[in-house]
Amino acid sequence: MFKKLFTKKRSRIFNLYRVFRALFISQYALMVEYRAEIALWAISGTLPLIMLSLWSNSQAIYSFGYNPINLAHYFISAFVVRQFTAVWVMVSLEEDNLEGKISPYLLQPVPPIFRYLFSHISEQFSRLPLVLLMIFLLFLFKPNYFWLPNIGSLIISIGTIFIAFLLRFLIHWIFAMICFFTDKASSLERLLLIPYLFLSGMIAPLEAYPEQIKQFALLTPFPYILYLPSKMLSSQSFNQTINIEVLFIWIVVLSIVSVFTWRIGVKHYSAMGA
Amino acid sequence: MLRINIILKYLRILFQFWSTSLSIELEYKLNLFVEILSTIGNLAGSLFVLSMFYTADNTLGGWPWHSSLIILGFYTLIESFTISFLQPNLSRIVKQVQNGTLDFVLLKPVNSQLWLSFRTFSPYGLPSLIVGIILIYIGLVKGNYYVNELSLIISFVMFICGLIILYSLWFLIASTSIWFVKIWNANEVLRSVLISGRYPISAYPLALRPILTFLLPVAFLTTVPAQALLGIAPFSLMMVGVTIAIVFFVFSINFWKYALKFYTSASS
Repeated sequence: MFKKLFTKKRSRIFNLYRVFRALFISQYALMVEYRAEIALWAISGTLPLIMLSLWSNSQAIYSFGYNPINLAHYFISAFVVRQFTAVWVMVSLEEDNLEGKISPYLLQPVPPIFRYLFSHISEQFSRLPLVLLMIFLLFLFKPNYFWLPNIGSLIISIGTIFIAFLLRFLIHWIFAMICFFTDKASSLERLLLIPYLFLSGMIAPLEAYPEQIKQFALLTPFPYILYLPSKMLSSQSFNQTINIEVLFIWIVVLSIVSVFTWRIGVKHYSAMGA
Repeated sequence: MLRINIILKYLRILFQFWSTSLSIELEYKLNLFVEILSTIGNLAGSLFVLSMFYTADNTLGGWPWHSSLIILGFYTLIESFTISFLQPNLSRIVKQVQNGTLDFVLLKPVNSQLWLSFRTFSPYGLPSLIVGIILIYIGLVKGNYYVNELSLIISFVMFICGLIILYSLWFLIASTSIWFVKIWNANEVLRSVLISGRYPISAYPLALRPILTFLLPVAFLTTVPAQALLGIAPFSLMMVGVTIAIVFFVFSINFWKYALKFYTSASS
């Protein structure tokens, strides 16, 4: 009996693996089709580099403990992190909802969230060579900015970037559920972009913030989406204490909330024309 | 006489277009609330970032705080134009090429570029418009700048030139969708470069300034109109701005005509 249970369980896990693999491969093929689009999108993530060029001309950076070189490392890392934490689930879910495309997804034995999740993950893989190329060009023009993170911190950084991506994906997923109620939810994405821009450390490293705003930002999930992985990738020490518990609390809370909002939201799904 | 008739006809058409799109947009009332909220949030964020640059120095690329506010004001006005016209209209070109509905536009006895560029109007640019004007006003009053009518007119002309440059660039990119079909992200690239217009051009490293002036003329969108308002814009730079605006606009018209020769409708 035990053996039976065991094999059943194993086959279930194996099944899940097969489904994920199929999702990944099919979505990857789809993404490679649109590689020109992805290239353009990758170029559009230049805000950290714009901010770098502004800050590098300013004397203010010394007052919060940076010099031009490690500031460059921070912003280049932020550029890379941003590339691999791009999330557009609100736009695609809104479109699928309006056009009734969610109906076939609901009939399949895979929760639809995985379809969207894997389309993001496979897009990251198709983006990887582009990002490497852009970084290479950047170092070519600015050789004094060059640095290599050591293997250990690189592995930790990749892990942190992936957690950051999951966190951002969950936030967007929860807000995307609103499209089941109002049809037009993508305008909320503009709203969600504001705390992401100003609290995540995209426009300046968190050390530059006034103390109260910094403490407030660290309680929100946004610094963990950009500031934390950028610091890791640029192999810099933290000038202030980061409460890693906050990150884990947010992940647990958002995961639970996302399950419930999906259940509530999908009840309101009325297919197209209803 | 004939000319006036045509202009009147187009004005009537535009009025019809915008009043219908206004009534469509008012169906989604939540959006207005969201838009006001995001305008306020963006304003607070931008002022916060700007203030960070002024903690150590009293200038940002030679611009004192109050004149930087004027630049931010012009940036907000540009954003309002983008939200109201460029985004809702020019993002639809891509969709029309994809679905082949561009056929119906081409068949209409209306200039197709005008139809595509100004078919809809989104009222959500309005909060940014108000905020932009207020920012410029506060910058002028608090900075004790004296503005005469002449510099006000010149600044307005330069700002219109900036809008024409931006529109032409955006339309150029959108019309390449005739060949590439999916080009939605190209406008994201433009938008992301546009963000650099929030700050005076002189705040950027020397190597970047020519790029931001001639290649991607962000300088003419915000910095030059602000300079003109303060009466410190070099005459030659303004002439360059006017020239770029005219060249870009004429080029966008001809490029569209050229691109249409390659239009094959959907599925053919």
